Amino acid sequence: MTSTTSPPAVERAAGEPDRRPARSRRKRPALPYLLLLPALLFELLIHIVPMFVGIGMSLLHLTQFFIRNWSAAPGAGLSNYRLAVDFHAPVGAALLRSFWTTVKFTVLSVGLSCLFGMAAAVLMQGSFRGRGLLRTLFLVPYALPLYAAVITWAFMLQRDNGLVNHLLGDDLHVVGTNTHAPFWLIGGNSFVSLVAVSVWRSWPFAFLILMAGLQNIPADLYEASALDGASWWRQLRSVTLPMLRPVNQVLVLVLFLWTFNDFNTPYVLFGKSAPLQADLISIHIYQSSFVTWNFGSGSAMSVLLLLFLLLVTAVYLVSTGRRRSDV
Amino acid sequence: MRIRKITPGVVLALLAASAAGCGSSGKAGQATSQTLTYWASNQGTSLDNDRQVLQPELDKFTRQTGIKVKLQVIGWPDLLNRILAATTSGQGPDVLNIGNTWSASLQSTGALLPFDDATLAKIGGKGRFLGPSLAATGAAGKAPAGVPLYGQAYALYYNKKMFAAAGIDHPPATWPELVADGKKLTHGGQWGLTLQAGQVTENAHHAAILGAQQGAQLFDSAGKPHLSSPQEVAAIKQYVDLMAVDKIVNPSDAEYTDTSTSLKDVATGKAAMFMNQASQGSFKLVGMKLDDLGVTPIPFPAPVPAGGRHVNSFVAGINLSVFKNTKNRDAALKFVKFMDSADEQKILNKTYGSLPVVSDAYSDPAFQTPATKVFQQVLATSAEPLPEVPQESQFETLVGGAMKTMFADAANGKPITDEYVRAKLDQVDQQLAASG
Repeated sequence: MTSTTSPPAVERAAGEPDRRPARSRRKRPALPYLLLLPALLFELLIHIVPMFVGIGMSLLHLTQFFIRNWSAAPGAGLSNYRLAVDFHAPVGAALLRSFWTTVKFTVLSVGLSCLFGMAAAVLMQGSFRGRGLLRTLFLVPYALPLYAAVITWAFMLQRDNGLVNHLLGDDLHVVGTNTHAPFWLIGGNSFVSLVAVSVWRSWPFAFLILMAGLQNIPADLYEASALDGASWWRQLRSVTLPMLRPVNQVLVLVLFLWTFNDFNTPYVLFGKSAPLQADLISIHIYQSSFVTWNFGSGSAMSVLLLLFLLLVTAVYLVSTGRRRSDV
Repeated sequence: MRIRKITPGVVLALLAASAAGCGSSGKAGQATSQTLTYWASNQGTSLDNDRQVLQPELDKFTRQTGIKVKLQVIGWPDLLNRILAATTSGQGPDVLNIGNTWSASLQSTGALLPFDDATLAKIGGKGRFLGPSLAATGAAGKAPAGVPLYGQAYALYYNKKMFAAAGIDHPPATWPELVADGKKLTHGGQWGLTLQAGQVTENAHHAAILGAQQGAQLFDSAGKPHLSSPQEVAAIKQYVDLMAVDKIVNPSDAEYTDTSTSLKDVATGKAAMFMNQASQGSFKLVGMKLDDLGVTPIPFPAPVPAGGRHVNSFVAGINLSVFKNTKNRDAALKFVKFMDSADEQKILNKTYGSLPVVSDAYSDPAFQTPATKVFQQVLATSAEPLPEVPQESQFETLVGGAMKTMFADAANGKPITDEYVRAKLDQVDQQLAASG
């Protein structure tokens, strides 16, 4: 950006050796900021301001009696937080249970998505006939509109008329049929359904990112290791995976944040009240604020969630960053 | 130096943005002065169907008064959230439909125009409305948060052909008869009764009706919730037992979240009975022959529990409210008066299969059929409003949700005991207390 060496010759010829470079030097730095300004304003408007409003709300006793006039809502101090973390009372206990459900769900969903994405990306690394077609096909779940995709899953997972029970029960005889057919949208299996749909939706993203990461690994490394007699497996462990580490670091973090906060998938799959076994924290907080009209309590839970995610992100970045610098 | 250079730019941009904001809101205020916005709830078979039914009537109103009405039909899953959002922002419709059970809850937000006597006088006075429906417009002792629009009540629909095939010659009048008939009707792929067991509000409605029959008081006079009372535990267990113990309900019903699935089950002979609001029109649309469809009040427990109230339904229905923030109050009230006029009441309730809420509309022969008379009788004599307390809508969501979980457990073969039901209701009590 600092190209101060070439202009002077021109300027001197113009007879204004001092003022013009000074002006351009002063003017130029403003431009990037001005270009950033709209983005900054919208960032403030869409993310930062609502975040602080949320923190403010969490300190109010904001129930149905006050939503029309927030300024009349009495201050709640930290009572909303106390209610949320009192794990012996039903509200806190339910939040904690929902939290652990979400942790389990996130670990499974992110783990499986990364595993599938990695497997597919590595297997598709070499060129073969039909590779482009397969790549496109793999990306379809990611390209489909979320609502349409998940509602289709909801239909397929219905007990009586769903495709899943038809396939598993009537065709493959893995599960019972008719009155013995399993439920997928209620009870314990609802968790399995939720993980399956979530993995189906997010693994193509992992695949896409890892595929891009693989393109950046120099072919020489594979050639050199092949000359040294490394097997395919050894190449994967000693070349591919270490070279992908920076990509993986970001991928896992992004998937973690998305999955942990995922509202749409459970909401479309189960509706407003998710089964207990699949009661993710985002739905739970929605229930606690919108359904019971207690926006102060819901905000407090959201702030706690925000703090948790910030903490995890910080610890993750510090620990993976250190490991990388150790290498 | 740099900062000083940038600051004017920022200030300018901010000013421009705020000026744009002022401009647009000013314009919006002007545009609405001639036009009312009306949020209608989904009463017909689809949102489109509602638009087709309502538009000609709205056009009629425009011809009569010169006031235009912009119609928005809003589905049930969104309506309450939309109203809450409108309440919070102050940017709402002028006139809107609300589920009458939300009256006290929405009344407590202060978002709806109170219909005091002077206001009621403008639309023809209190006396025109049916007593029970008018009682479901807000907390006792407060000016109503709206006026009734469509009347509804619950009753038991049954498939006459299936009853005849099972050798049952009259519909059940008591709960033990319902269960006995249900058992006779359950065989092969056929079930005695269908329930919308996965539908939160439907579950809550039945919790209230059966609770009243058992003598439960869901809220005390101070508005404190008492859902885990032995009477309410008995009522909810009695309802869930239809699937868990009596086994006359298909476990798959635990996934049912909309009415049409149950209506189809009755029409196609997959289930013989269904407790629902007046819905002949919808039955017809799913292919049910109305000659084969019987209606009877929801059965009562026998022997009658101590303290049980003779209730077959709650006062269901839709109210018409005016948003307090409206800039067109007079036009809005004119519209309310129009919708509650005897003529419109006849036309709309006939189309939707609901009940008129003004007595002068009942002269129409359409409301003299045997089926309508059953609902009319129930609504007039044995229906009580759901608790008119600010927490009513939370009650529906929490109890209905808990029952959905109970049905899911029952469907998966988990035993439903008194303790289990009580523990769930105890949790609801505490959640309600925490949100209050």
